[in-house]
Amino acid sequence: MKRIAVFGVLVLLVLAPFGLKPYGIYLLSLWVVMTIAAIGLNLTLGYAGQISLAQAAFVGIGAYTAALLTTQGWPLWSAFLLATALCLAIGWLLGYPALRVQHHYLAFVTLSFSTLVFLILRNEEWLTKGVYGISGIPRPTLLGWSTKAPVDFYFFCLGVLALVSAATWWLVRSPWGRAFTALRENAIRADSLGVDTRRYTLMAFAIGSALGGIAGVLYAPLVQFIEPTAFALNLSLTLLLMVIVGGSGYFLGPFLGAAVSVLLPEWLRFSEGLYLILYAIFVMILMAFCPSGLLGLAERWRDSTARLRKLTR
Amino acid sequence: MSAVLEVRDLAKAFGGVSAVNGVSFDVHEGEILGLIGPNGSGKSTLFNCILGQLPPSAGEVRIDGRPITGMRPCELNRLGVGRTFQLLQVFPQLTVRDNLILAGQEHRGSMWSRLVGRRDAGLGAAADRMIEFFRLAALAAEKAGALSYGQQKLLDVAMAFMAGPRLVLLDEPAGNVNPTMLAGLRERLREINAVEHATFVVIEHNMEFVMSLCTRILVLAEGRIIAEGAPDEIRRNPDVVEAYLGG
Repeated sequence: MKRIAVFGVLVLLVLAPFGLKPYGIYLLSLWVVMTIAAIGLNLTLGYAGQISLAQAAFVGIGAYTAALLTTQGWPLWSAFLLATALCLAIGWLLGYPALRVQHHYLAFVTLSFSTLVFLILRNEEWLTKGVYGISGIPRPTLLGWSTKAPVDFYFFCLGVLALVSAATWWLVRSPWGRAFTALRENAIRADSLGVDTRRYTLMAFAIGSALGGIAGVLYAPLVQFIEPTAFALNLSLTLLLMVIVGGSGYFLGPFLGAAVSVLLPEWLRFSEGLYLILYAIFVMILMAFCPSGLLGLAERWRDSTARLRKLTR
Repeated sequence: MSAVLEVRDLAKAFGGVSAVNGVSFDVHEGEILGLIGPNGSGKSTLFNCILGQLPPSAGEVRIDGRPITGMRPCELNRLGVGRTFQLLQVFPQLTVRDNLILAGQEHRGSMWSRLVGRRDAGLGAAADRMIEFFRLAALAAEKAGALSYGQQKLLDVAMAFMAGPRLVLLDEPAGNVNPTMLAGLRERLREINAVEHATFVVIEHNMEFVMSLCTRILVLAEGRIIAEGAPDEIRRNPDVVEAYLGG
């Protein structure tokens, strides 16, 4: 049953852009990119329990790496390599405060880092062109396949999402995933069982940040023009919302959360001026009645029907 | 008999309050040592200082003659020291089986090999044996958070043994466990002690449990050892009766 559902979703994702206008395909591609960034944050926050308001900064680092390299004629894969390495290293360093502080204190540390990156992007004009941004970011050509057209670029992004998803699936099902969960649920007990909580904390930050960087590398050629405000606190909060709404600590949470955050407001546009109000009400109701997100809601429903079945047997 | 654990002049003060005050004792291989005393006598603080959870103010701790003072809990665990806590400490979102695998996985291979290797870190069969041994077979696939308090307590204790430790410090293993389950727990601990020659230090308020399980008992009051001896000697010791056991 599960396999049929996964196959069905894959077919839907492949068929989805056909028949859509360029804006619809852009939104689908944006969903893919934001899903990758949210997968990274879900690893740091959802699995390892380390709050971060810095994910937008890593998306920004990835996007600016891609923009700077590809507008100078470098291939996009070089941006993937450099951005991943950069974000991995910076994410590792950002993890150090998490060894000393937790929860809202850690949120403020990561918020400060996010602000720092935003200021660098805005003020270091010699590198980033400041508020004027970088335009004309090219889309890649892979082995003769040009991804210039929206539908081609969508499939390119989808391919990257498939690779990221497979790698993350492997990670969260490995002993590392178990150690991340232990770190989230009870770091003191995990430590007493031989889990090197310091190293796992740093790894959770590093890997989550690297995925943010990968999302940024895709974001730059998707929008083809970037400027600093796109990577300010607002994006970090949106990514946080995606993880929480989808279901923090669930593998499919970021996919659902990104769909709610990117696609739902567009679907609500029939209500014209009310669409953001309807969207906000939906999020508030969901958080009030199911803080574990949409997948938490699904799990609660599954558990209660299973209990009911046991009782009536 | 060689000393597995040596504690020398260990002290811990919180501001002006001295919780542990110059405690010294040895624990020998294969021994089950009980540590009793009234609430606030410093038992759990002593455990936390030995196990790296709290830095001691003074003194030294050795495992197999090797100084371990200042080592992190995860490093101590890898040296073969297991523990349980006074309050229940399982991972509620992990299944019973995954709780046990987690408790042993960090002793297997390098961090990298744990990423690319088998999901169960090669511990599936060992976890199943432990589940069977602690009579948790019917609950193996359940999330630990769904278990009753007593079952979680059994799991908590089982996790401490998953990595095959030489020395295990159990902090109130019998707390809030029903009599039937308690008898089972005592039998399991005795069996591990006899078969694996594991050494235990047990903090416990349940006198029937501690007197029937331990071979030697230390009594702590106001951060100091006030008595030491076999269970029968401790029962008759007037200082212990006055400070802890009562009339």
